[in-house]
Amino acid sequence: MMRCRITYLKTEPLRYTGNLDIQKIWERYLRRAGLPVAYSQGFHPQPRIQQACPLPLGFLSQAELADIYLDDDTLRPDDITRSLQAMPYPGIELAAVEQVDLTESTLAGRVTATEYQAEFIDPVDAEQLSSKVSDLLKAQHLMRTRRDKDYDLRPLIEALVVLPADSTHNATLRMQLSARQGATGRPEEVISALGYPPFDARYTRTRIYFTP
Amino acid sequence: MSFDYDLLQKQLERIMPTVQKPGRYVGGELNQISKPWDRVETRVALAFPDIYDLGLPNLGLAILYQTLNARQDVLAERVYSPWTDMELAMRNSSIPLYALESHRPLADFDILALTLPYETLYTNALNLLDLAGIPLYAAQRSVKHPLVIAGGHACFNPEPMSAFIDAFAIGEGEEMIHDIVNVFQAWKRSGQPRAALLKALAQVPGVYVPALYEPDCHPDGTLRELRTLDPAVPKKIIKRIVAKLPPPPTNFIVPSIDVVHNRVAVEIMRGCTRGCRFCHAGFINRPVRERPVEEILQAVQTALKHTGYEEVALLSLSSSDYTQIVDLVDQVSKHASENHLTISLPSLRIETFSIDLMDKLKGSRQTGFTLAPEAATDRMRATINKPIAAEHLLETARAIYSRGWSTIKLYFMIGHPFETLEDVRAIADLCKAVIAEGRKIIGKRAVLHAGVSTFVPKPHTPFQWAPCDTQEQIQAKQDLLRSELRGPGLKMTWTSPKDTMLEAWLSRGDRRMAQVIYNAWLNGAKFDAWQDQYRYEIWQAAFEQAGVDPAFYTHRMRAEDEIFPWDHISPGVRKAFLLSEYRASQMQTYRDDCRDSCFACGVLPTFAEMRRENPGKHWMCPEVPIRKKKPVLEPVAL
Repeated sequence: MMRCRITYLKTEPLRYTGNLDIQKIWERYLRRAGLPVAYSQGFHPQPRIQQACPLPLGFLSQAELADIYLDDDTLRPDDITRSLQAMPYPGIELAAVEQVDLTESTLAGRVTATEYQAEFIDPVDAEQLSSKVSDLLKAQHLMRTRRDKDYDLRPLIEALVVLPADSTHNATLRMQLSARQGATGRPEEVISALGYPPFDARYTRTRIYFTP
Repeated sequence: MSFDYDLLQKQLERIMPTVQKPGRYVGGELNQISKPWDRVETRVALAFPDIYDLGLPNLGLAILYQTLNARQDVLAERVYSPWTDMELAMRNSSIPLYALESHRPLADFDILALTLPYETLYTNALNLLDLAGIPLYAAQRSVKHPLVIAGGHACFNPEPMSAFIDAFAIGEGEEMIHDIVNVFQAWKRSGQPRAALLKALAQVPGVYVPALYEPDCHPDGTLRELRTLDPAVPKKIIKRIVAKLPPPPTNFIVPSIDVVHNRVAVEIMRGCTRGCRFCHAGFINRPVRERPVEEILQAVQTALKHTGYEEVALLSLSSSDYTQIVDLVDQVSKHASENHLTISLPSLRIETFSIDLMDKLKGSRQTGFTLAPEAATDRMRATINKPIAAEHLLETARAIYSRGWSTIKLYFMIGHPFETLEDVRAIADLCKAVIAEGRKIIGKRAVLHAGVSTFVPKPHTPFQWAPCDTQEQIQAKQDLLRSELRGPGLKMTWTSPKDTMLEAWLSRGDRRMAQVIYNAWLNGAKFDAWQDQYRYEIWQAAFEQAGVDPAFYTHRMRAEDEIFPWDHISPGVRKAFLLSEYRASQMQTYRDDCRDSCFACGVLPTFAEMRRENPGKHWMCPEVPIRKKKPVLEPVAL
């Protein structure tokens, strides 16, 4: 058995496909590519595909990671890349394939933070946006309620900057949010906290941070 | 019509996060076929009038999608009904219903083809037209609107929907759809008015254009005659069939979200020779035609390669009857165990042989074993022509429980013609006997799930003359079962009598039903196939507003010589044969499997030429000798 780590982009065709379904899509992608995915033991064997960090529905991503286990020790990352690229799957763009040690701990257990870009779908007032952002960053606490639970959003925001509008993009917020167990920040909560409707922005994950 | 793709995307982007399962509304799945809009002559929208989750796996539409898109001059796209949340969002933002590939509004297409596999989709079909901004009534549509056609099993009685559909495609669509497209193209090039298109379509074998016919009724509402309004149109519309099943589709669209069936589906055989008298599919899908094993295996392999699916379904009305079932299952199961695949083989007969088959296919995910005895007394079995000895069923059940399955699911129907409460009580007794066997073998793990649905008489079957049970009768039978069918390991599900009524009204409806369906839709009826959405009161009001008595369609005993609203549609089976079967059911006389001897149902003479040109064992009807002009079929004494 070998374990390989795939870095990929999640693009428009799979934007509204949730995490459980992405798991299935990887299973099918590997089958189509003729790669022998390994199965778990037990009464209900499951393909061994481990995603690093769930991506909320409706988000795009430039930095998804998944570890897949293959029942073939002879395959090299280049072979895997070639096989996958020969049978492209709409909504998945391969960025990197690397082999990792079988004993390495799971990605999911090592996530510390995630980085997102939230681009406004329609133009917004740049000055107003900047002042809202600096006000928010000055606050000590940002008490919010999500799914009937009160929590403080402020400590979950590790970084927040405005990328001004240019010829191809509207104003965009780049933010780094905590993604530790029980302390996960959501970018649409940040947009709401700034006083914008959360659905006014298009969200893209740009990076996942891990402990070494 | 101008089409602003970017504007629509922007609107949708805001809506998507607010609706359940937005993946239903975006398209772009694996194996979707997208063609440039301006490079084809004719654009067809294929619509399933219920949600994506149910419509996407529909095999009929998959066949049409492939065959239409194989043409250079045609593009075919898909559309499904938006769920209520999406409908509201679309109406609020004035977004017309669009097709998933191009996101073009439905109204921009040349042909809108609806599949109507069952009657409870009728209000959804109207809603779909309305969401597309297409006039509901065929008579109100003009050259600038798409041609609206419909096909599918429910269309064997097209009359209830006749006011809304320009042309019905009766029977198998693989070849007919091309004839329709060709006629459409010729008409479009000619620049003639829409009436000329309808007239031309009526000349296509299997196509029924309701506007060219007019019913003449007796004062009691029954039909005197269906008059043709044009001398050129056929008095009888004979369904279309394909002589030989064409290679099955393999390039299935793989949904990016979970749907009801996520699998490769290969039809191994079409039709059924058993002749169960309640079975609509059994009478309208004759003759039986099989696919060769090699073709099925090839299709499975290719489809798995294209899709990456982990499940394969081998579909037919009666899997056990496929001539080379053992060979097929052996070969498929070998492939499956090597590749972590699940194989499903529905519609197995009640015999230990079925367990042998399932044993071969037993993957990790098989938990239950499903059988359909339908009735529990010999009297009822003879009435419906489904012979199964109780001891035989018990023996099969013993074998199932002892060979590793803990759950058996048994399908029964109540409301068969001439059924008594004793026949119903016998269902409970039989279930109790089965679970007792299960508990003897595997103890408390044994589960028996009884699915008890209610029979609705269908057109073109021997029971088309029979009254349907009243709600009170159904209620009494269900109450009896609920009180009798109790005990550890026993579960029962049933259909609400009110749901049954809707199916019964619509199944044998006539043209007056169009007003009822329209009223119901106007009053808010949609998703009638969904128990939590269907509202009985709306339909009652709809009947009242239309001045139509619902009992006329359900509880009336029809005279043997009554002319039915669907008599002009021919599935190839003769009405006289159906009547002889109805009489046989009253005398509780069995009719054997017709693959052993022909009972002259009428299908063979109807398609004699085709059979003559296609000799061989893939077709279950007797061969037609080459020289003879017409086969001589001895009438069978009952």
